[in-house]
Amino acid sequence: MRDDRLRYAAALALLTALTLGLLLWNIGAGSVDITLGEIADSIWRMTGIIWTIRLPRVAAAAILGGALSVSGFLLQTFFANPIAGPFVLGISSGAKLTVSLVMVGFLSRGIVISSMSMVAGAFAGSMISMGFVLLMSRRVRSMSMLVVCGIMIGNICSAITDFVVTFADDSNIVNLHNWSLGSFSGTSWENVRLMAWLVGIALALTFLLSKPIGAYQMGEVYAQNMGVNIKRFRVELILLSSLLSATVTAFAGPISFVGIAVPHLVKGLFRTAKPIVIIPGCFLGGAAFCLFCDLVARTAFAPRDMSISSVTAVFGAPVVLYLMASRRGGRGGQS
Amino acid sequence: MSAACLQTRELCVGYNRKTLIGGIELNLRRGEIMTLIGPNGAGKSTILKSLIRQLPLTGGAVYLDGRDMAALGERDVARKLSVLMTAHLRPELMTCFDVAATGRYPYTGRLGILSKEDREKTERSLELVHAADLADRDFTQISDGQRQRVLLARALNQEPDVLVLDEPTSFLDIRHKLELLAILKDMVRARDLAVVMSLHELDLAQKISDWVVCVHGDTIARQGPTEEIFTSEYITELYGAARGSYNALFGSLELEAVSGAPEVFVIGGGGIGIPTYRRLQRQGTPFAAGVLGENDLDYPVAQALAVETVAERPFRPIGEEAFHRAVSVMERCGRVLCPVAEFGEMNEKNRLLRELAWKAGKLEE
Repeated sequence: MRDDRLRYAAALALLTALTLGLLLWNIGAGSVDITLGEIADSIWRMTGIIWTIRLPRVAAAAILGGALSVSGFLLQTFFANPIAGPFVLGISSGAKLTVSLVMVGFLSRGIVISSMSMVAGAFAGSMISMGFVLLMSRRVRSMSMLVVCGIMIGNICSAITDFVVTFADDSNIVNLHNWSLGSFSGTSWENVRLMAWLVGIALALTFLLSKPIGAYQMGEVYAQNMGVNIKRFRVELILLSSLLSATVTAFAGPISFVGIAVPHLVKGLFRTAKPIVIIPGCFLGGAAFCLFCDLVARTAFAPRDMSISSVTAVFGAPVVLYLMASRRGGRGGQS
Repeated sequence: MSAACLQTRELCVGYNRKTLIGGIELNLRRGEIMTLIGPNGAGKSTILKSLIRQLPLTGGAVYLDGRDMAALGERDVARKLSVLMTAHLRPELMTCFDVAATGRYPYTGRLGILSKEDREKTERSLELVHAADLADRDFTQISDGQRQRVLLARALNQEPDVLVLDEPTSFLDIRHKLELLAILKDMVRARDLAVVMSLHELDLAQKISDWVVCVHGDTIARQGPTEEIFTSEYITELYGAARGSYNALFGSLELEAVSGAPEVFVIGGGGIGIPTYRRLQRQGTPFAAGVLGENDLDYPVAQALAVETVAERPFRPIGEEAFHRAVSVMERCGRVLCPVAEFGEMNEKNRLLRELAWKAGKLEE
């Protein structure tokens, strides 16, 4: 038992160090070479490239990456399915659809959209997709079928989004297109403040749910017998995971594979699935993963920015493939 | 006897608000094992799921220690009642200790961190089911029998008054079935637990239960002390076993007898004839058996499988009358088998039968 606690502490320390290291690296690296002194100076005076461009972007990558992987962990627990996540289940795409509707609708009337209404739109879209996935999950028992349904829902949403984009004004299309590919660029401090609040609250609430989440990992029957109010718990879990992934989509567009790959890697690192350590672990792991991917996106083909989703896919998809191959068929279908 | 700690009044259970089984009146006392038996699909699991609030009741009420369960909070129920259900459980990255420790859930704080006492109790629960050595093993990497024991440890760790088990012995081999039920019996005595479970092994149900409830059709067909329920006729009827029979004394099942005129006469006795009866039955050969005392080990099996059984009343040497009947039956058979090699005062006449058969050239070795 001692060993376990030591391992958890060491793993958390490692992830924290990794996140901090990547934060610094991200701030320092870029098309303009900047020394540490200049960084400190820029932060101190709250002006310059570092303060106005890089720092908010880095903060967004860390916060949203963490939110995404915690959301993935919640969905995996909820569906008892190791390859569930906001992207594969079509929840991100649902958010993408509603956000583009909001964008096109507002911008074409010349109304400036606040970040909050973007989040609200994304949340509505997430819940609609989630509703469909839940309907499906009642009918299909196997975990692979559920994922197929999610991908279908995602595709439908993407198709409608493309349709909406076709009818948008030219000036909006560029905006919309960039956003729908997924990117942390162009984040303002105002955005960071809002996302930090939203994610912070959702994360705190999630952490307080770690006890019933742990019970739920034993399946619904046992969780109920242990004293979990299943109906309330399911609603809480859905709301929290949707809020987390909606926040991400509103600010950075749909980002793939973080939600599946990171929780799996973190569980492997901790060698446990206990929510009380995995939730903070997932947040740190997701932050580090997205910081790394954003670094690659910015610097690999500098000065061109790649979309974040293509980078996360390159590093995340192999993990998912490995997961599917190592599971041999769909056995996790008990709900 | 103490008062009932789990009780139902006019309980109706079913799915989607439709009642499948109604009028269920159960009274489970501490220190007692109540077993639900009945054909597959009769609704044993439905009743158990309703008792543990996994299914909404379609009518009536369940009382836990005299209080209506519908009005009790989750935690109150969790501290008094725990379960071992059939759900196939594959939790990710959990050791057997972790699984057993989940039984402490109703006793831990907001974040569910185990106290020293919780850890000790978990270890003790694992010891009770002889699974202490499994503590650090991955739960998904152990055998079905071990898994059931760990889940039983989990259930005991919850320190319940009532334990609900749904077919706890399915998928286990015979050794693990006996082991699990023996542990259960010990626990009932040691902790004064009340157990309600479903079993489909009738022989085991008969041996472990204090009270048996027969679920059949849309009602509880019958319930009572084990001795009253387990009569051969009733069990055969309950299961609609038209193509075989159930022997209540041995708790054994026999296939139906081959019909037709007997072709073989078996001189048996003392249990020695049984393998022969079974072989002839398998081969589809109608046979007659004799002469057997009604208290002979061979007798119930011969009764179930032979076309005709010549019997003598218990505790008596074979008499003239039975002997002559046997001779006449033997004359109609083409072959005679005599697996019995020892003859004494009681079966002296069987030796004569054997000689007659040998002289007639019918005796086969």
